[in-house]
Amino acid sequence: MCARCRRAGRRRAGASRCGVAILAAIELRGLTRRYGERVALADVTLSLATGQTLAVLGPNGAGKTTLLRLLATLLRPHGGVVEVLGHPLPKENWAVRGRIGLLGHEPLLYRELSARENLALHGALHGVTGTRRSEELLAAVAMERRADEPLRTLSRGMVQRVAVARTLLHDPALLLLDEPRANLDPAASELVEPLIGRASGRTRVIVSHDPAGVLAEADLVLGLVRGRVALLAGAAELDAAALTELYR
Amino acid sequence: MYGKRLRTLALTTFAALTLTLVLAFFWAPNDADQGFLQKIFYIHVPLAIVTLCGFIYGGVAAIAHLRTHDSRWDMRSYVAIHLSLVFGVGVLITGSIWAKGSWGVWWDWSEPTLVSFLLIMLLYATYQPLRFAIEDPERQARYASVFAITAGAFVPINFVIVRLSTAYLHPRVLGNVSANLPGRFQVVFYLSLVSIALLWITLWRYEMTSKHASAQLRALRRLLAGEDEEQLPRRSAVPTLSLETASAGSAEGGGGAR
Amino acid sequence: MSAPGAAVAPRTHVVLAALLRKELRVELRSFEAVPAMSLFSVTTFVLFHFALSRNTLSGDLASGVLWVTLLFAAMLGINRLFVADAEQGGFDGFLLSPADRSALLYAKALTLLAYLVVLELVAVPAFALLLLGPALWPALPGLLVVLALGDLGVVVIGTLVGALAVRTSVRDLLGPMISLPLLVPVLLCAARASSPVLAATRAGPLPLRWLVTLALYDLVFGLITFAVFDFLLED
Repeated sequence: MCARCRRAGRRRAGASRCGVAILAAIELRGLTRRYGERVALADVTLSLATGQTLAVLGPNGAGKTTLLRLLATLLRPHGGVVEVLGHPLPKENWAVRGRIGLLGHEPLLYRELSARENLALHGALHGVTGTRRSEELLAAVAMERRADEPLRTLSRGMVQRVAVARTLLHDPALLLLDEPRANLDPAASELVEPLIGRASGRTRVIVSHDPAGVLAEADLVLGLVRGRVALLAGAAELDAAALTELYR
Repeated sequence: MYGKRLRTLALTTFAALTLTLVLAFFWAPNDADQGFLQKIFYIHVPLAIVTLCGFIYGGVAAIAHLRTHDSRWDMRSYVAIHLSLVFGVGVLITGSIWAKGSWGVWWDWSEPTLVSFLLIMLLYATYQPLRFAIEDPERQARYASVFAITAGAFVPINFVIVRLSTAYLHPRVLGNVSANLPGRFQVVFYLSLVSIALLWITLWRYEMTSKHASAQLRALRRLLAGEDEEQLPRRSAVPTLSLETASAGSAEGGGGAR
Repeated sequence: MSAPGAAVAPRTHVVLAALLRKELRVELRSFEAVPAMSLFSVTTFVLFHFALSRNTLSGDLASGVLWVTLLFAAMLGINRLFVADAEQGGFDGFLLSPADRSALLYAKALTLLAYLVVLELVAVPAFALLLLGPALWPALPGLLVVLALGDLGVVVIGTLVGALAVRTSVRDLLGPMISLPLLVPVLLCAARASSPVLAATRAGPLPLRWLVTLALYDLVFGLITFAVFDFLLED
């Protein structure tokens, strides 16, 4: 929300409201996060415009998941400035929760409950009323037929599809995706593409281990090695070779 | 910052303890009922008081840690609790010796102080295992602080409750102190209390200094080794001090090597 | 591009109702906690019979055996209370939402209370059948009061320690080790309060002093749990 709207006491933000679009969805300046005495993230600076996609690459242990969890308000920054959707964290964590969708390695769903019940729970947590939205999403990921069976009876790929539905249930402005296509077969990948892909039009941060694939759908690429920025450039300026260097 | 004036403090403590022992053995009169054994009271009760205050300070430091997110407070809490645990063992041992000498049994359920202490020690004995069982240093510090606050609140409450439940067959030592003890007993008692408090504070500062120094040393090593060093730290129950807070501590003490 | 959703926090009672529904469903479908607790209590009564070489108990002994058994059975429940959430990423799902954190505390506390009530519906009649000398019926009103206050104490401490222990590497060991010393005052007050009620000769009145102490203990630790719970949820 821009400063003028905040002063006016408005509770919803958006370009149509105040005519001043928030240009930077994510703004990081010198972001630092420690793990005990070691450094998990050091001096990360970048700016991601609304509607754009940031790809985060790097070898294991580079801090990619830490960065994602930090943007999701699950971790506190230890130094530097973090602004998500115009709000500085961790001070304005509460303004940002509920506007972010995180799809990590864990589906964040209860195995004993069915897809419908899980989505109903998430809906209640996020203040989403009614079942219209969850039915729409279940249809979009082609899970309506098996929406009432406990998740523990479903395959990993199906659970991942329900997880995608969960991520989008509250219509988040920012998507944080950690290897979103990990458990999906090509057919399912196609299904979720309009929801979480480039075409969805949402601001996205994707962590991926597929340098070539990610170039196609990113606008900005961040390469992390041991918590430090090894590479930060627009996707147009890079080629696959530059990215594989990161993993050396 | 903890290293300043440490030597003076240590010498003062040593002097106070020596004076206390001398006065206790040679100046204070022997108790009419319990004779020479009563002198253990001069160690047992002050130890108990200092230990309890130590645990409560551990809880207070933990509150400060949760509010400021500063790992130095966690270190203070940790050292206070772990030192008080050691002193607490001393309380149980001296209490047991006194019980054996005065009433013929090594353990007596109707002595509320000892019983409360046993309960407190059983609780705080889980502090270190709790810390060790959490690998993430920040979460370890946070959970340990929650524990320290809960346990710190438990200390005074459990004393009251145990007191309610035991029949008083034996002299109520803590209550007796200021009211019924004649002059010399009081002097030695308070002197002893001061010396043991000084002992706790000195040991606490020694340990804080040592931990800070180790943290700075590790930070320097990491700087020198550069970014190639990827050694995974051993699992530890000891709080980790972040680089900034560790060097801030040394700057205040004027001994920083950076 | 759709307008970003507004972060309007959902009402706490709505969140609480949804969480309770989830707890009930998960427990009814997996039967992880309550059957084990109930069975454990009955088995423990049998153990006590053989260990004490007694056919009937009354007064202090009855009170003590009942409360110790309930406490140990409660340990099983406390150990299971947060496991599903810790293992299935439930904390993250909750923390990402704008829901009020205390809703989770209330939901878990009410769940543990429900476990204890079901446990007692099995354990108290079993106790009356197997070990209790005097008749249960006349003692029941007094006993229910003590059970209510005692359960509150177990719930307050149990929710706190359950959340503390669940994300450690030795959760099943730390839970009992930390909660039992904290529960000694609850045990003490509850046992002392129920012992005249279960007396062999004419049942005595409830000692008010122990009930008041127990209620105060519940209140103090209830406030502490409420104050520190948020710090246990964060990553």
